[in-house]
Amino acid sequence: MSNKMKKKLTPTQQQYQAFAKAREPKRSVLYNCIKAFIAGGTICTIGQGVQWMFTTYFDFTEVTASNPTVAVMIIISVLLTGFGIYDHMAQWAGAGTIIPVTGFANTMASAAIEHRSEGYVLGVGGNMFKISGPVITFGVFSAFVVALIKLIIQGLGGI
Amino acid sequence: MLKGHQTWIFQSKPVILASAAVGGPFEAAGALSEDFDILHQDIWLGQDSFEKAEKVLLEEAAQKAMDKAGIKKEDVQFFLSGDLMNQIISSSFAARTLGMPYLGIFGACSSSMEGLALGSLIVDSKSANYVLAAASSHNAAAEKQFRYPTEYGAQKPPTAQWTVTGAGAALLGQEGNGPRVTSATIGRVIDMGISDPFNMGAAMAPAAVDTIEAHFRDLSIDPTYYDVIATGDLGKVGHRIASDLLTEHGLIIPDNILTDCGLMIYKPEQPVIAGGSGCACSATVTYGHFLNRMREGKLKRILIVATGALLSPMSYQQKESIPCIAHAVSIEM
Repeated sequence: MSNKMKKKLTPTQQQYQAFAKAREPKRSVLYNCIKAFIAGGTICTIGQGVQWMFTTYFDFTEVTASNPTVAVMIIISVLLTGFGIYDHMAQWAGAGTIIPVTGFANTMASAAIEHRSEGYVLGVGGNMFKISGPVITFGVFSAFVVALIKLIIQGLGGI
Repeated sequence: MLKGHQTWIFQSKPVILASAAVGGPFEAAGALSEDFDILHQDIWLGQDSFEKAEKVLLEEAAQKAMDKAGIKKEDVQFFLSGDLMNQIISSSFAARTLGMPYLGIFGACSSSMEGLALGSLIVDSKSANYVLAAASSHNAAAEKQFRYPTEYGAQKPPTAQWTVTGAGAALLGQEGNGPRVTSATIGRVIDMGISDPFNMGAAMAPAAVDTIEAHFRDLSIDPTYYDVIATGDLGKVGHRIASDLLTEHGLIIPDNILTDCGLMIYKPEQPVIAGGSGCACSATVTYGHFLNRMREGKLKRILIVATGALLSPMSYQQKESIPCIAHAVSIEM
């Protein structure tokens, strides 16, 4: 907890939180990192296999194969979400299933499925980006800032 | 009658004429499946939304309790119910179906005992012949409202709990055979500054401790008066904290007396992380398991301390801490 938050707490609250913390099970960072590495690595290896398939058996180059590869990974992830398997994998894998593109597909598919009961427009349409929205918002904004920096440096006669 | 600072003693000792517990598939696979009256294998219950499914759970529990007592709904004066949904829609919509005079209550997961305490007060004051007290929760509906979509792949921390899918109802009357409600202690809101919605056990434990202490102080009795003192849904983490906190405060409750409904309802191999939670956790375990054991004569006196976390999805996004409450109801055979 940040120091700012701690300041707002009364001494009794601080004392209790220390008391409670000593009795809570800890998340094992190392164990979670290892699991995330295995799961994330497996997903990326499958992706690599799909790309290899596109370049070997179809008329794709390494660059043009990336789009259909991502599409295949997304379809697999959405299907696993729909069949109710992805969230169970994620409980074990943690960041391993969130970071790859499959995690992004899962956020959209799960929100869309969940809010189907509120209809297509207000439910599915309105909630699909509920979790993935911030990623897009800040992703686009940071891309804009980086592009701006690049243009300024170029304008000043840089690289 | 008020005793001490915050405890009611019900002199007429309202009788729980009948009670019912309804559960979902996870509860059917759990440790107390024998004590449920109705178990569903489908979390949708044939409905097209989780919210509607929860309403059906509540309707079924209410109807089952009345059927078991052989009392028609026209004879029941008041229906008291609470749940976790925004604007307590499950309770209000079930009340629409039942068509009884209705008081909706909200005490988060403590609603079960809040309803039983208020219902007993109404019966004890002769303001009703029969009162039906109920509470419900639905795992997927609660996850959807308070956390993430059910199929979203986020890893839950080891302090997270599993919301029980189910509903419990108890029919209270002035006369008859059955377990009797003898007293109730109404809790204060306690906030120890915990703001993690995945750590409800630690947030609620101090509220449970406060109410338990108040109960024994007000009634001047010893914890060994009870065969069982069960908190509502503290889970593994909260139970351990509450138990240590009570010991630190000098109120020693033996391990074989102090338990938690959230630790009892599921089997250890079920992936519920730190245990069960939700209104239906204390409601189904009390109205199913505990009352059945009392009717069999295996338990004589029990104290149920239902714990509730009074947060909303908006309050925790605004970085508010989690205020918690606990209400204790004493049931004797």
